Amino acid sequence: MRLKFIAGLAAAALALTTLSACGTPETPPSSGGGEAPPADTATQSEVFTWWTSGSEALGLTALEGVLKAKYPNVEFVNGGVAGGGGSAKELLQSRLQAGDPPDSFQVHAGAEAQDYIKAGQVTDVSALYSEFGLTTVFPESLITLLTSEGKIYTIPSNVHRANVLWASVPVLEKCGLDTANAYYATIADFATALDKCKKAGVESPLAVGNTWTQVHLLETVLLADLGAEKYNGLFNGATDWAGADVKKALEDFAKLMSFTNADRDTIDWEPATTKVLDGTAAFNIMGDWVPALLDSKSLIAGKDYLYAASPGTEGSFDFLADSFSLTEGAPHPDGAKAWLDNISSKEGQIAFNKVKGSIPARTDIDLAAEGFSEYQQSAAASFARDAIVGSIQHGAAATIKQGNDTNTAVSKFTTSKMGAEDVATLQAALVAAYK
Amino acid sequence: MKKLKAYGPPVLMIAPSLILIGIFVYYLIFGSVQTSMTDIHELAQATGRQESHFVGLENYATLLTSPDFLHSLRNLLVYTLAFIAGTMFFGFLWAWLLDRRSKAEGVFRSLYLFPMAVSSVAAGVVWQWLLNSSTGQEASGLNRLFQYIGLGGLQNGWITDQDWGILGIAMPAIWQMAGYIMALFLAGFRGIPDELREAARVDGASEWKIYRYVLFPQLSPIALSALIILGHMSLKIFDLVVAITGGYTYYPTKVPAVDMAFYLNSGDYALASTVGVVLLLIILVLIVPYLVHVAKEDK
Repeated sequence: MRLKFIAGLAAAALALTTLSACGTPETPPSSGGGEAPPADTATQSEVFTWWTSGSEALGLTALEGVLKAKYPNVEFVNGGVAGGGGSAKELLQSRLQAGDPPDSFQVHAGAEAQDYIKAGQVTDVSALYSEFGLTTVFPESLITLLTSEGKIYTIPSNVHRANVLWASVPVLEKCGLDTANAYYATIADFATALDKCKKAGVESPLAVGNTWTQVHLLETVLLADLGAEKYNGLFNGATDWAGADVKKALEDFAKLMSFTNADRDTIDWEPATTKVLDGTAAFNIMGDWVPALLDSKSLIAGKDYLYAASPGTEGSFDFLADSFSLTEGAPHPDGAKAWLDNISSKEGQIAFNKVKGSIPARTDIDLAAEGFSEYQQSAAASFARDAIVGSIQHGAAATIKQGNDTNTAVSKFTTSKMGAEDVATLQAALVAAYK
Repeated sequence: MKKLKAYGPPVLMIAPSLILIGIFVYYLIFGSVQTSMTDIHELAQATGRQESHFVGLENYATLLTSPDFLHSLRNLLVYTLAFIAGTMFFGFLWAWLLDRRSKAEGVFRSLYLFPMAVSSVAAGVVWQWLLNSSTGQEASGLNRLFQYIGLGGLQNGWITDQDWGILGIAMPAIWQMAGYIMALFLAGFRGIPDELREAARVDGASEWKIYRYVLFPQLSPIALSALIILGHMSLKIFDLVVAITGGYTYYPTKVPAVDMAFYLNSGDYALASTVGVVLLLIILVLIVPYLVHVAKEDK
């Protein structure tokens, strides 16, 4: 009897909560723009980023300083959460779905923003592009990549290049390779150089780290073998993932992986790149966040290390960018607008990128005059001149889901024997991921 | 009225926890089951921007025929067997050694228990370094240690083997939990009155027979509890894998809980819930017989 009563009570409690849960509206609250104060009265701007340490945190502080100077009435609220791609994005998603959105949030520019666009969690900011005069100062190919069905939803604050080869001058010497120029015109040339190194006693001449750095390597191989146009076609259906040229690229990737370090799966990019810096590996293909690491070891370009476009990708700029949104239902839309103006302005982009080591997305900044490093100047020159393609690993060309699926498939591949059958499995998985 | 007086206060007392458990356990389980039967594979469907439909058991069929998910299940089985065998063996061994009134018992007890106090993520980061998969010239971590002590032949790639890499994760897990099992068994040993041993000795039982016929039977309830605790802990393995492999996408050591996080991260709420429900069912298979057993004993 007593048990029954308790069970009944529990059931009643359950029913009550179910009912109340059904009562909450499913659609996100609409933008409360009407009640928000204009920007010249005091407001807030809560910005969600995963810039919480190192040069990224310093860059954010620099941006906060510029915001304070430009908009003294806007109070910056740092909604930063550590945890890069994974946990930060999950926390953001739960905040968005709970109707407690930040005013603006960080998102990789390009395909990764698609999820938020389709879910109706970000607002069209095309109007802000004309208001802030951004349409003419961002490269046209960048704007094309940012545009989704005629609308733009995010504003980039900085640009990184993914297809960069870093080489160790002392090891190149040891291998008998060119110590002045580290650019190789094809993957085959690069493989020959790696082979030469191996014969000279460098056990694993090409350094990589765990899965994401392997995907990073794969995308530069795809870019080299397919060329910029066909590579971009992989993401709009124009190029077939099941094609023979993709198969060739995957075989080349397997070939390059055979020159890599055995401990790749138990280290991240930093220890991998460090192998080049301390002379145990000759090459590393990694994005241009490497210079911060080089500076910390006081190494000098040209003397201690070389950089070049990754093999076979000269003339292409494999880009990734951090960008910011105007959140749908932002509690302080004017604060968000102030933030977006700040990060896209000349002052903001200079202050931020000088500290973070990336380059401005704007092309109307004289980097030499502003004191940017030699590498940054060369990267900015390529950015203005080259064909721009989007990174798979860093969310410019692939959605979060596609990126995740690519990582699993590549991990399965690089821990196998990487034979012909494994290449076929990898290709089939990629076809499925991008269909 | 009389009834209300008798039942009212106790019901009121337990109502808060009942309601909380109702919401945060049973309602959420219900929610997961419901989501697992829909086609919410995109964020837009989760927020209601795009339609979602009831698809019955389709997601279960998808998962259970996917070679990748079967790989996760197989990993989970291998891990569970290794983890339970390893912790029970070392836990019992240490408890037995300490029970023999070794000197400095306190020091050893703390030493063995200490790994439990280390957070799994911190332990994972250190073990990632220990489990470095380079061998030969470039070896570091455990492989380097093997070289130093002349056991170079034992070097291996640890977590990088697609079939047995998961055992590389079981190692730190055993290291973490064996001390806890030791504490359980030690308490069991100490709970057996000395009189029983003395009586057995008087009757002429050998030391082995004392263990076999006097001590072990007294320890069996503890062994069963330990088994249940370890069993359900091992099924939920997640943090060590993520900390050691640095994410949700490393194939050789994939387990269902990691798959769940992977699908959630991809915005695929339906498959994430499906994995959750599958995991819950597996745990139920283990726990329910135990609960039935306990309920029968109470009667």
